[in-house]
Amino acid sequence: MSAVTQAAEIAFDQVTKRYAGRDQAAIDNLSLEIAAGTFCVLVGPSGGGKTTALKLVNRLIPFDSGEIRIDGRSIAEFPVTELRRGIGYVIQQVGLFPHMTVGDNIGTVPGLLGWPKQKIAARTAELLELVGLERADAKRYPAQLSGGQRQRVGLARALAADPPLLLMDEPFGALDPITRLRLQTELLRLHEEVGKTIIFVTHDVDEAIKMGDRIAILREGGVLAQYDTPDAILAHPTDDFVKEFIGEDRALRRLALRTLADVTLEPAAPTEPGLRVSKTTTLRNAVSQMLEGNTDRVVVVDGDTVLGVFSLADAGALL
Amino acid sequence: MHGHWGDTLQPALVQHVELTAIAVGIGFALAFPLALLAHRYRRLEQPIGVLSALLYTIPSLALFQLLVPFTGLTWTTVEIALVSYTLVILFPNIVTGLHSAPDEVIEAARGMGLTRRQVLWRVELPLAVPAIVGGLRIAVVSTVAIGTIAAFLLPDGLGYPIFLALKEPTPFKTEIYSAGVLAVALALFCDGLLVVLKRALVPWARKGVA
Repeated sequence: MSAVTQAAEIAFDQVTKRYAGRDQAAIDNLSLEIAAGTFCVLVGPSGGGKTTALKLVNRLIPFDSGEIRIDGRSIAEFPVTELRRGIGYVIQQVGLFPHMTVGDNIGTVPGLLGWPKQKIAARTAELLELVGLERADAKRYPAQLSGGQRQRVGLARALAADPPLLLMDEPFGALDPITRLRLQTELLRLHEEVGKTIIFVTHDVDEAIKMGDRIAILREGGVLAQYDTPDAILAHPTDDFVKEFIGEDRALRRLALRTLADVTLEPAAPTEPGLRVSKTTTLRNAVSQMLEGNTDRVVVVDGDTVLGVFSLADAGALL
Repeated sequence: MHGHWGDTLQPALVQHVELTAIAVGIGFALAFPLALLAHRYRRLEQPIGVLSALLYTIPSLALFQLLVPFTGLTWTTVEIALVSYTLVILFPNIVTGLHSAPDEVIEAARGMGLTRRQVLWRVELPLAVPAIVGGLRIAVVSTVAIGTIAAFLLPDGLGYPIFLALKEPTPFKTEIYSAGVLAVALALFCDGLLVVLKRALVPWARKGVA
């Protein structure tokens, strides 16, 4: 497995995009700084400009004013094809080349960059393993794969030339919930391993909270409503729009971000009576179990060992 | 029968193959660049399409007659007409083939950094092969058929033995049948060849879905 390679820093600087004949801008004076290695989620309602903002970065859509910089250099400085070959791009319908094998699909950009055949083959094998596919899958055609497998190939293809930045446009939107969950978890694991900067677009607030290191909420007209960590947004939504968007249960969602293993527990004897709950349980699920068991506390265990007690009051204090 | 084959049928068959090959070859050589143009500049697609459809509605014999005053009773006359027909068949098929690449595939290709030309040659054209070969099959079979009418102008092709036989006071049926059968056989053979060609060029179409 290759070591963590360079990750790019992205900056949107007062970027505006208008479509002719429309009053409201698609993107309005957007300024955003994404630190290298961040998993940044762009989320918002339809028409919020999140997909547009994404496509501005690889210049699939041109913008009217402002600047977008990658590692300090304006994207306008690079020839467009060179820019795109240095950015991984994953879309919802995947867009695998139906007439090429999985292996050839993955090797597309390395081929364009002139990599020697052996290097491409080695990289392909490496990537197949990384995304959870088998070596034998390299010889298969996209039509022979399931939706989840195709998106894994799409991811491998985007990572092939080891770009410092990945753009993902609702990549799991077309998948069934179980596959989506699985791929979300795998993408998080992958991000931990390779550490690239990822800009990920979704309309699903839950997905945003689960995946993002930072979330950028775009309201209609491409205006940035809030940009912060999931916990900070849930704790301090800036306005009513954000409050409504993240949902009234934001307190519970905050609790879902941590597990019992992360918090300080009240001391308890090994014989402490009460409902036993594993330390890997999220705080939210712990509260849920308290409600179900009509109690205000649970005993946290690691296997058979009693670690402590967690109460409803403790949960409230953390918010 | 033996002398008959060598004297009449074999040369006729050879001429017919030549006639067809030239017509389809030139037709394709013209249709292909036109199709690329129409694919790139969508505005051109309709005018070219309408023009070629107009050509196709002219009955073949009439087209031959129209050309004779200008190009005489020559192979050129016949070929001009035949090429027009293959052009008319091939052009829309190639254009449709080029359009057939799914939008998301093109978007992914562009997003990955393929140039416009690379998208055409590496993505759109390979995906257009089934439609192109389909067009070629129709063109070849049509040309073999229409080619028999060339006999009204020239003593060439498989139409000629039929033509001659029909002029006899008591038509010699074997002539008609054998030439006719050969024409059909030629058409089927070429069609089969093209199907095999397509299978060879399109390995991905044969694989089923998981």
